[in-house]
Amino acid sequence: MIRFIQNLGKSTRISFTKLGRASYFLIQIISGIASVLVRPRLLLNQLYSVGVLSFLIITISGLFVGMVLGLQGYYTLSDFGAEETLGVMVAASLVRELGPVVSALLFAGRAGSALTAEIGLMKATEQLSGMEMMAVDPVKRIITPRFLAGFISMPLLAGLFSAVGIIGGEMIGSGLLGVDEGAYWSQMQAGIDFYDDIINGVIKSVVFGFVTSWIALFEGYDAIPTSEGVSRATTRTVVNSAFSILGLDFILTALMFGDN
Amino acid sequence: MQHTTTQDTLVGLFVASGIVGLFFLAMHVSNLSSFSDQDSYVITARFENSGGLKVKSPVSAAGVKIGKVTSISFDPKTYESVVQLNIDAKYNTLPDDTTASIFTAGLLGEQYVNLEPGGSEEYLKSNGKIEITQSAIILEKAIGQFLFKSAEEKK
Repeated sequence: MIRFIQNLGKSTRISFTKLGRASYFLIQIISGIASVLVRPRLLLNQLYSVGVLSFLIITISGLFVGMVLGLQGYYTLSDFGAEETLGVMVAASLVRELGPVVSALLFAGRAGSALTAEIGLMKATEQLSGMEMMAVDPVKRIITPRFLAGFISMPLLAGLFSAVGIIGGEMIGSGLLGVDEGAYWSQMQAGIDFYDDIINGVIKSVVFGFVTSWIALFEGYDAIPTSEGVSRATTRTVVNSAFSILGLDFILTALMFGDN
Repeated sequence: MQHTTTQDTLVGLFVASGIVGLFFLAMHVSNLSSFSDQDSYVITARFENSGGLKVKSPVSAAGVKIGKVTSISFDPKTYESVVQLNIDAKYNTLPDDTTASIFTAGLLGEQYVNLEPGGSEEYLKSNGKIEITQSAIILEKAIGQFLFKSAEEKK
């Protein structure tokens, strides 16, 4: 019994120190933003590897998610003779929830894990300490550009995901199943509000971009510098990102759409 | 140098397509393009009972949406419901004896304000008032009255 309480206390202490290190790390990242912005080449390289390389997986998944929504929505809605509202259903579920959440999950899997592995290996091969030797701040030089790139890419990718998904839903809904194309778009425009739905979706994806990049970079920076440590850190990145995305999504949804 | 220019191009394409996606959502998917608050005017209508009317419920005339409800409040002096309607500035030729009534779209659909233009020569101005109103039909009340009536007839 005593042992159990002792272990509980120990794990609380460890998670607090980890949270503290992560917060300190975040402050370091943010204080490096200005010095990255004067050298946009660093940011551009990272936008390429974080954003452009995630582009394909995001658009293709968005297309398929939209097509599945079109199919499933059509089967359910046609039972009630309400096929015309398919557009609202597809667009609302994509813009409010699926767009930000699924693209953030894919982003954590595609880009977050790569970031952790890259940083962790840099640490394991002592490239980061080498930089410190040469009086180059590794946080400013390596971490902050990657953080900014994730932060910028995420809302763009989520918007792209939703847009492609809506087109995919339209392809299935009106192309294959015969929902009237005009009704699809006009019901959608009547049902989706710019501020309530789209801006809130963008805010969600900004928050997710912030959190996933932070987790990925911190796990890499904090990894035990062995091959096993790096592999564990990569796993933790994906698991922790997924948890925080889904948990935060619930909280944000309750805050944003609660008082309708 | 060749490598960095292709990278520039790809990053540029990526950012552009992301912005196009968000723009598409804003203009094509949401109601931003069809109705904005700026070019509209406000009129108020007092109802005995505004039923299930909500803020953002549509305001329509002859079946066409011409505005939306912006606020609903209770007047503690006259015990009426004060409903503010935002009408699109395009439709500024509503006569001042327009009738406002609250209807339900379908049996279970949402409630909306229907404007029935009268024959007056004067038009409603911004911050104007609609004098003739018809309350929402409360289904429970109507059923209650019907039951009461049929019980009376049996006596």
